[in-house]
Amino acid sequence: MINSPFVRKAASVQQVMLQVLLALVPGIAAYVWFFGAGILVQIALASAAAVAGEAAMLAVRGKPKALFLSDLSAIVTAWLIALTFPPIVPWWLTVTATLLAIVVVKQLYGGLGQNPFNPAMAAFCLMIVAYPALMSQWPAAGQLDFSSQLQLIFGGARQVDAISGATPLDALRTALRAAANPDSQLHGLRAAQLMDGPAYGMLGGKGGEWVALGFLLGGLWLLQRRIITWHIPGAFCLALAASAGLLWAVRPEGFASPVFHLASGGAMLGAFFILTDPVSGATTPRGKLLFAAGAGVLTFVIRAFGAYPDGVAFATLLMNLCVPLIDMNTQAPVFGHKKD
Amino acid sequence: MLTALLVMTAVALVLGALLGYASLKFKVEGDPLVEKIDAILPQTQCGQCGFPGCRPYATAIASGEADINQCPPGGEEGIRKLADLLGREFKSLSEEHGVEKPKSVAVIDENTCIGCTLCIQACPVDAIVGAAKQLHTVVAGECTGCELCIAPCPVDCIAMEPIVDTLDTWKWRYPVIQIKQAA
Amino acid sequence: MLRKLFKFHGGVKPQTHKTQSTTQPIARVPLPERLVIPLHQAVGGHPRPLVAPGDKVFKGQRIGGADGSLSSAVHASTSGIVRDVAPALMPHTSGLTTLSVVIEPDGEDRWGELDKVNYRTAPPDELRDFLRDAGVVGLGGAVFPSYAKLKPGKEGRLKTLVINGAECEPFITCDDLLMRERAADMLKGIVAMRHMLQAEEVLIGIEDNKPEAVAAVQAAIAASGQSGIQAVAIPTRYPAGGAKQLIRVLTGIEVPHGRRSTDFGVQCFNVGTAYSIFEALEFGRPLISRVVTVAGNVDQPRNYEVLIGTPMDHVVRQSGARPDTDRYIMGGPMMGVRLPAFDVPVVKATNCILVGSPALFPPPPPEMPCIRCGECAKACPADLAPFEMYWFSRSKNFGKAQEYHLFDCIECGCCSFVCPSHIPLVDYFRFSKSEIWARERDKSSADAARDRFEFKNFRQEREKQEKAEKLAAKAAATREKVAADSQAGTASPATEAPDTAKPAAPSAEDTKRALIAAAMEKARQQKAQIAPKNTEQLSAETQADIDAIEARRAATATPPTPDA
Repeated sequence: MINSPFVRKAASVQQVMLQVLLALVPGIAAYVWFFGAGILVQIALASAAAVAGEAAMLAVRGKPKALFLSDLSAIVTAWLIALTFPPIVPWWLTVTATLLAIVVVKQLYGGLGQNPFNPAMAAFCLMIVAYPALMSQWPAAGQLDFSSQLQLIFGGARQVDAISGATPLDALRTALRAAANPDSQLHGLRAAQLMDGPAYGMLGGKGGEWVALGFLLGGLWLLQRRIITWHIPGAFCLALAASAGLLWAVRPEGFASPVFHLASGGAMLGAFFILTDPVSGATTPRGKLLFAAGAGVLTFVIRAFGAYPDGVAFATLLMNLCVPLIDMNTQAPVFGHKKD
Repeated sequence: MLTALLVMTAVALVLGALLGYASLKFKVEGDPLVEKIDAILPQTQCGQCGFPGCRPYATAIASGEADINQCPPGGEEGIRKLADLLGREFKSLSEEHGVEKPKSVAVIDENTCIGCTLCIQACPVDAIVGAAKQLHTVVAGECTGCELCIAPCPVDCIAMEPIVDTLDTWKWRYPVIQIKQAA
Repeated sequence: MLRKLFKFHGGVKPQTHKTQSTTQPIARVPLPERLVIPLHQAVGGHPRPLVAPGDKVFKGQRIGGADGSLSSAVHASTSGIVRDVAPALMPHTSGLTTLSVVIEPDGEDRWGELDKVNYRTAPPDELRDFLRDAGVVGLGGAVFPSYAKLKPGKEGRLKTLVINGAECEPFITCDDLLMRERAADMLKGIVAMRHMLQAEEVLIGIEDNKPEAVAAVQAAIAASGQSGIQAVAIPTRYPAGGAKQLIRVLTGIEVPHGRRSTDFGVQCFNVGTAYSIFEALEFGRPLISRVVTVAGNVDQPRNYEVLIGTPMDHVVRQSGARPDTDRYIMGGPMMGVRLPAFDVPVVKATNCILVGSPALFPPPPPEMPCIRCGECAKACPADLAPFEMYWFSRSKNFGKAQEYHLFDCIECGCCSFVCPSHIPLVDYFRFSKSEIWARERDKSSADAARDRFEFKNFRQEREKQEKAEKLAAKAAATREKVAADSQAGTASPATEAPDTAKPAAPSAEDTKRALIAAAMEKARQQKAQIAPKNTEQLSAETQADIDAIEARRAATATPPTPDA
């Protein structure tokens, strides 16, 4: 029996997810433009694996398949996996990662709405621990044509070192560490000078900065559509920029600029698309600020002092862990109980 | 070697003394378990469990003399709560002690009652008023529905009537989850 | 003279659908064949019936008397004959019945003798009693007896009297039309209320999608020459017409759950209530009719002046219900009550009969899991976190649900309205609330039963002890007596007892025998007492019944217990 309200806004999970996917499109377009169409293959692979994995798990769990597959949440996870992984990882790695995300991190925890961790980021962390070499090799912009990308994705033999390198984030960190070493030929060079190479663009990595701009554009559209609120992207960017800026101001020869941090790696994707995942993120306005600020600081710390190419994934998972605590302690006062 | 031994012994002594002090300081008075069990029991005082009232049954459960599934008025929910409290497995209601019935109150047929006072003596909660040779009436609000008054009545004028919902007692039902239907 | 307005958190903007029913003035509804007037129509006690089947009643005659400290009288809506005083279906989702008076109108619609009061001179206490007996209750939907709200706070005066003409629910326009057509009379009611409450200022809040109503009320205020009364257009946003939200918008004050608004110097009444207060005080007319919007799946949505007790389908017929109508809803689409039948009566709480069809109000899409998107929290006008309360309500963890302020929920429906997973959140909250209330009731009755049981045990113990003491005393007395007797007996035939070595022995024997005899006598008496009494003047049938029962008992008692 239906009780009031008898009218509802035309909103659905499917619509929310669809808009998230649409918002990813500008970033993907930039990605294809600068790095080639290989990413589209990865997106297709991940999507297929996600749908297959979701369908199988729904069948096992006795849940209605059509209803849950059409909510598009698995596709969002798949796209985020494809977009955060290097575009030339072998097909089986993308598929395994996606299946892990969907089957283990999402469905085994109860499916849509129940997973405590962001599935895409959990898969990223698992894979980077399991296959550090494959997960750290990124082609530079315009370096590989489509056929060689295909060969790398589906071919057996890999001479990856010759054709790809580290991410600009990774490269700059290595270079900065070298610059600090008196024995190195780079000794004494500053970040700005180190960034003079062909791998770097105006703000961050060459090409990568445009992709980041694409994601920023999509994210702003999501903000405008009220799919996400400003709290998470705002706090994340601010915290990342502030922590990067602090050390950069103190020791500009040892650290990259805050702008470089914002424009590189998964910062924009993380700020607007990953940390904003409502299921695994904080929900109260104050909680969102705390959650995203924590992720921003952690991202910078991992990037600056860790060994991984990027810190967004680990920062996300660590903050996911804190969500129940954050939510519990940031409940806003209710009507009539506010202090003016 | 000797120093080490002495240090360890000293540490052990200090910690032991601390533990002993704590156990004295935070000693729990009385038996809160019986209270907690009694709070779960429905207080019908019907004796269907085989004990003369809810509290004796609670004491028996606490001391392990009785099982948790002997209370029909408490029903399945009551057993579940007891199982939770005591960390035991849920059991279905023991049949020899009765079956779960809808909540009822006793009603005396005023045309038949002869005013014998037997039901008044049987009522565990003094919910029946009346005097010898006077009509008896059940105070519905106080009646626990234990049925103990039915057997003694010489003229069988007491019947159990299920409590009807009123606007004050009507409950909204648990929303139906429609996911399964949509499949 | 723009007032500073305040905002409340959340809220939604559903389609209003109000223009259809405001094109025509308020119409009258012809007398129905019968009126069914429930006695319990307001918050508080159940009025007791004052009429019996067969009685002739006049219009405005009291048929249900206010009962208890919070209650409101009920009156005959027209003249006619009382056909029945019996339980009848009430306009409530539960489908329960309530004691109702069924009146067959005689068609004359003749007023009875009406009580009058000079409200310009009468003390407020007298006016309050008068309004209670006139059955005036809040017509905004909560049906709280108005007299109980017409008391100023502890200070004896009030800062602001808020009059609620916001009418934020879609489809409903009864207050709008009332303000357009009867603003002057309504204002007189407001002035009387202001006087009773000693209110400094009066603010009439009207959503800005009702410019005609705002203009009419402003014109009435200007014409009356009253100062300190202001009609304020407020932004259209559901639920701006919730009392707490309206008070917030107009004064900035947030009245917490469980507190009285008078403690904050504010009181709030609906415009319809103000009008019926005017009717009661000016003409002595009790609340026997109200303006009802008929909207939704009808040919001509419109407002009607409807007698309380009129079957709803009779009213809807005036507007022409379309054939695919599948239900009536009392109230609006956001908070309205699903009704169990078409012929339930219009009551004081009926502001709108919303005629529904599957096309107009389609069933919601299947419920999906919560994705914690927080839309509900953004929309909640009580600043709650509905998705957290949903989680705990769903798992029946009621304690936690209460920790998240479940009882601050006003069931406005905003959360269900926006939920992208189509979760009937409000249904979960209603379920939790009624379950918590039921548990509290169970607990208090269990506690009462425990106390009574323990007292009974204590009493029995005490009685036993007293009896034992009495018996002991008696036994001692008997023993003394017997001993005295036996001594007296043994004294005379002294020769028969030469053995003086054991003089006590026979006497002790005697004492014992005497005691046993006394006890047996006592037992006999007691047995006689236990036997059913009141058996002397039994009718033949009852005696036969008893004999039959006794025979059955004897029969069931005789067979040996089966092997266990």
